[in-house]
Amino acid sequence: MATLAEHFLELIRRTSTNLPPDIIAGLRKAADREGDSAAGTTLTQMLSNVDQSSKGFTPLCQDTGTPIFYVDYGPDYRQKGITEAIEKAAVLATEKYYLRPNAVDSVTGKNSGNNLGEGFPSIHFHEVDENGIRARLMLKGGGSENVGAQYRLPDGRLKAGRDLEGVRRCVIDAVHQAQGKGCSPGTVGVGIGGDRTSGFTESKEQLFRMLDDTNENSELAALEERLYGELNQLGIGPMGFGGKTTVLGVKIGARHRVPASFFVSISYVCWAYRRGTMTLRGEEVSYA
Amino acid sequence: MHKLQLPISEDAIRQLKVGDVVSISGVMMTARDAAHKYMVEEEAPEVADYLREGMIYHCGPVVKKDGEKYAFVAAGPTTSIREEPYQATVMKKYSVRGVIGKGGMEGKTLAACKEFGAVYLSAIGGLATILAKSVKEVKAVHKLEEFGVPEAMWVIEVEDFPAVVTMDAHGDSLHDDILAKSKGTYDKLLGD
Repeated sequence: MATLAEHFLELIRRTSTNLPPDIIAGLRKAADREGDSAAGTTLTQMLSNVDQSSKGFTPLCQDTGTPIFYVDYGPDYRQKGITEAIEKAAVLATEKYYLRPNAVDSVTGKNSGNNLGEGFPSIHFHEVDENGIRARLMLKGGGSENVGAQYRLPDGRLKAGRDLEGVRRCVIDAVHQAQGKGCSPGTVGVGIGGDRTSGFTESKEQLFRMLDDTNENSELAALEERLYGELNQLGIGPMGFGGKTTVLGVKIGARHRVPASFFVSISYVCWAYRRGTMTLRGEEVSYA
Repeated sequence: MHKLQLPISEDAIRQLKVGDVVSISGVMMTARDAAHKYMVEEEAPEVADYLREGMIYHCGPVVKKDGEKYAFVAAGPTTSIREEPYQATVMKKYSVRGVIGKGGMEGKTLAACKEFGAVYLSAIGGLATILAKSVKEVKAVHKLEEFGVPEAMWVIEVEDFPAVVTMDAHGDSLHDDILAKSKGTYDKLLGD
């Protein structure tokens, strides 16, 4: 019988060395659209890299990022035990080269060497009624995290007011500023409202949606579709080499805000969009 | 496709143009934030020989240790712009002929490419498994203990490492071109 730590290790391995099917499909579609060009060749090489990584169990990107876990757990588990299992899995994954040692002490500059540190890995818990665990993991590299942005509306420079048109202007600005630096084609997660913390949390939550799903809110669905078309007109292309594919998708969520604040929080995830889910019910474990 | 063998002459580098697809073989060295600060603020005699007429790779690899030998497991490029304050000085001080990274660099580095005879090359971000396979041998590592695995200076022998020239020694930059073109569309999209 595998231990909980071994289940988390398997989740890390799968997430670091492969991409989810919807992202691969998105990259394939983009490669077809770009055809025989620098953009097309770049996308084809990206897909080939994913293929070779998944076969050899090597990280498809050397920046295995901050491991961000979102754990829904039932009454049969406790946070303490889950945290210990995740930490053990992070250490093992580092030893097996599924993760690069990425936890650096912000005061001394020293790398802990095993992916453990203050707030590292990052774990968000959510208690649910159903027994068992559903753990979602995102490995988000530093390059894409660095091009994320938070706007406070109204914004005079962008002529962005406190409405969806204002949100649209912020997203276009953020993606234009990112150019190829976030490893395009990226996917853009947007959190409207909330506070400075919860806005970014919402933007990351949005990145767990499937690439081809449709927003339940029809106004946000329309904005997502419009922005997807407009951002791909920018011509930034894969890695900023130019081309028709600058983003694979735009995902927008909204939270209630206090009357005085209107934040637009934007998280950009690179083409190497590593997310995975492990579900454990009794002894039954599955991965997606 | 241009085959480049390191070390490489200034003449050969000055012949390259933006858009040239290259395949690089020979010895190069990884360096990122801590290494650039170190190379600028101190003398780095232990790496000077590797850098002369050579190339720097902006990369923080995943490295496997087998007994006493190291091997690269995953080694795509990291974002280069963080080295903008240091790169021109490093190019001049150590006679570096090329810098490989991702995302491009800005005016100070572009001017240094022109003045000292160097180029900036883009590798594909996240192409970690493919690029690690082009690393045939880890020849040495410097500052491993002090800087940690991603930031250490890894001296590597590569074979047919694929990259594209995106900033050349004639003052041209693909990154500037794409920025200018996308700005036109941006202005249109945000126009009233």
